[in-house]
Amino acid sequence: MNLPIDAAAALEAFQAVGSWEQRARMLMQWGERLPVLADDEKVEANLVHGCESRVWLVGRLQDGHWQFAASSEARMIRGLVALLLARVNGLSAAQLQAVNLPGWFNQLGLSRQLSPSRSNGLNAVLQRMRELSRTHN
Amino acid sequence: MLVPSPWRADFPAIATLQRQDQTYLDNAATTQKPQALLDAISHYYANGAANVHRAQHLPGAHATQAFEDSRSKVAQWLNAGDSGQIVFTHGATSALNLLAYGLEHLFNAGDEIVISALEHHANLLPWQQLAKRRALTLVVMPLGDDGVIDLAAAADLIGPRTRLLAVSQLSNVLGAWQPLEALLAMAKANGALTVVDGAQGIVHGRHDVQALGCDFYVFSSHKLYGPDGVGVLFGRNEALHHLRHWQFGGEMVQQADYQSASFRPAPLGFEAGTPPIASVIGLGATLDYLSSLDQPAVIAHEAALHDYLLRGLKARKGVRVLGSPQVALVSFVVDGVHNADLAHLLTEQGIAVRAGHHCAMPLLKAMQLSGAIRVSLALYNDSDDLERLFEALDQALDMLR
Repeated sequence: MNLPIDAAAALEAFQAVGSWEQRARMLMQWGERLPVLADDEKVEANLVHGCESRVWLVGRLQDGHWQFAASSEARMIRGLVALLLARVNGLSAAQLQAVNLPGWFNQLGLSRQLSPSRSNGLNAVLQRMRELSRTHN
Repeated sequence: MLVPSPWRADFPAIATLQRQDQTYLDNAATTQKPQALLDAISHYYANGAANVHRAQHLPGAHATQAFEDSRSKVAQWLNAGDSGQIVFTHGATSALNLLAYGLEHLFNAGDEIVISALEHHANLLPWQQLAKRRALTLVVMPLGDDGVIDLAAAADLIGPRTRLLAVSQLSNVLGAWQPLEALLAMAKANGALTVVDGAQGIVHGRHDVQALGCDFYVFSSHKLYGPDGVGVLFGRNEALHHLRHWQFGGEMVQQADYQSASFRPAPLGFEAGTPPIASVIGLGATLDYLSSLDQPAVIAHEAALHDYLLRGLKARKGVRVLGSPQVALVSFVVDGVHNADLAHLLTEQGIAVRAGHHCAMPLLKAMQLSGAIRVSLALYNDSDDLERLFEALDQALDMLR
């Protein structure tokens, strides 16, 4: 499967990272790129539970392609969510079902962010994304 | 000012963690274990495991002897004397649940249970759910700005409808000793039962349950440098009479028929099923080890280290300490920085601290915080650990601001 353009750029950037500082700085930069979520979308119904910081996630299927948007109060999780959206936005429903998201974070050198002891919320975000995509099948 | 720990080498995991560039400062969650405990568990399994209180064979007799020796050591540690019994449970949480179910029959609709605003979920939820089952009122005592239960408010809240007071000895978020003497006196004056959650308090200094005068005192082994899977419930003899049997099964029974049974008194009547034998024996070894230490030196070390931590944090711009911690731990937030981001960057640098709500969600919500970072100390920590924390904190804050 060909990577979306943003995802290919992320992969190249993160694979070149040498230190934890660089990786953290890049995560924050990716987080800053995340488009702002409208206030009327930052509501309880869109809140992802199980995160240390509040994360909102919305997803729509437009012309057969998924478009997710998200926001978070914390910068690191915002960066992780930005990397997630870079991978999934624009995928068809079938492609989204097939994509290996833990594998994606592993490729980025960020698999530790998905370990079960992590309460940062990335696992919860992935779970919510799966639920959203299922309801549209 | 350097604060070395003379006991550091007694805990082999500390050296291992250090080789992995990990600085362990999450001791209020659980502690590392002394070599004496590892030796005791290894000895027990290497020399013949057996079930306790059942068999007449020699391995069974040895295991039972060691198990019951541990019970005596716990009783000594708490200075329980003949005043009550030591019941082994599977943790502090299960001890508190035992109380909330075993005492349930004493409550009638409209009765009140009093807790405080700083309770850990383990000393909140069992009572909250008991209140729901029996249509009771759960009364929550407020705190002062120093993180100590407001005694004036408590005096208004503890009254003739109070049937039970359940309160922490030392807050796991605010690090403040609670005024147990005054609170227990108020409860007793109103004929209420008293439960002390000693999960954090037991780890710092020695506590005498007879002097405290509480009906029940609860703690968990693993926070006191012992094995996990074991909790302790001390019950005063008079109070234990009220406690009904809760979990049923092997060994807690006296006589069993298909349609009815009679049960043993405390402690065995509350220890259904095979207990965590190795862990109980291990706890005994840990208490032997702790008893061998120079207690005033341990207290002085913990105080010096806490002071070092508090000064270092307060010296940093934007750091806001929660309450007025007196011992063991400091929780803090940094203005303009999300605690999840700070936790992320501390983790990246091998600093093991806790972030989030610390199993005290209502307390954090009341302080209008989504979370906080908690640094918690043990007797094996030293000022080098804290210097590594400060360095990592500065680096993280540099990046985040």
